[in-house]
Amino acid sequence: MSRRTLVLLGLLLALVLAGGVSYYASGDPDGLAKVAAEQGLDKGEKAHDLEEGPFAGYETAGVGDGRLSVGVAGVVGVIVTFVLVGGLAMAVARRRRERAPQ
Amino acid sequence: VHVPDGFIDVPVSVGAGVVAATGIAVCLRGAGRELDDRVAPMAGLVAAFVFAVQMLNFPVAAGTSGHLLGGALAAILVGPYTGALCVAVVLIVQAVLFADGGLTAVGVNVTDMALITVVVGYLVFRGLLRVLPYSPAAVVGSSFVAALVSVPVSALGFVGFFALGGTADVSLAAVTSAMVGVHVLIGIGEAVITALTVGSIMAVRPDLVHGARDRAPGLVLRPAPGPAGAS
Repeated sequence: MSRRTLVLLGLLLALVLAGGVSYYASGDPDGLAKVAAEQGLDKGEKAHDLEEGPFAGYETAGVGDGRLSVGVAGVVGVIVTFVLVGGLAMAVARRRRERAPQ
Repeated sequence: VHVPDGFIDVPVSVGAGVVAATGIAVCLRGAGRELDDRVAPMAGLVAAFVFAVQMLNFPVAAGTSGHLLGGALAAILVGPYTGALCVAVVLIVQAVLFADGGLTAVGVNVTDMALITVVVGYLVFRGLLRVLPYSPAAVVGSSFVAALVSVPVSALGFVGFFALGGTADVSLAAVTSAMVGVHVLIGIGEAVITALTVGSIMAVRPDLVHGARDRAPGLVLRPAPGPAGAS
């Protein structure tokens, strides 16, 4: 399998997982949230400064349908992380090439 | 959920921010040795995959869920420096875009879930590969154990931050046992996901599993077949 095919298949899988499967994820508090509530770690918790953001809480503002709301947020997250890290990695690779002795 | 705002006091949050920023700077330098133009898209994919799978909370005990952290997986697939960058960017995106993890807690979350998981996961993985005879199964098994260990150690990292700068007065012993207990269970999920993913890549392109490349039998040089009659 070529690298390109592998990356495209992997991205497709990530989009399906974040954009579709994530709706069916467990809604229970995770390990940290559970322990924090039980042991009282959260007494000083403050609201998130960006909790009114368009994708806060993995929900898309203005989208009523729950499945679509989390799906859009998931797809946005996959694309944003891929572009940011892929771009950063390209920049690091380019810098190395420019510094390398010819 | 990642550590929200207000769990850890300001001085310790700032200190964790310095640790995280230093770690990211070290990783940017080290990633130069791991990355080239062909590997860079793999790094983007690993980050996107970790983001996606972190959305998939799985049940671990009554009324409790867990999700992948991804540090061990990322380090094994693209190298520890690049892997830590992948998870750090995921955590920063989650804090800024998805309000998951406090903005003042980014340093704590990056240190705990990007740096600690990568260091622990990669050291365990490489240590196991060193003592085990090479086989694809050994690579997958080592990734399982590395991922399993990385999660409770990350939970201990959080307890450490809370001990230094927690804003609530709690029993650290009780918090430690509760955090480690639930995160061993979450670690099993982390291990299954990590082993499945590493196993899938090993099946199609074992040369793209960065952490195991140098252990794989490479090209074997054989003498060219001689003319007929020669030995």
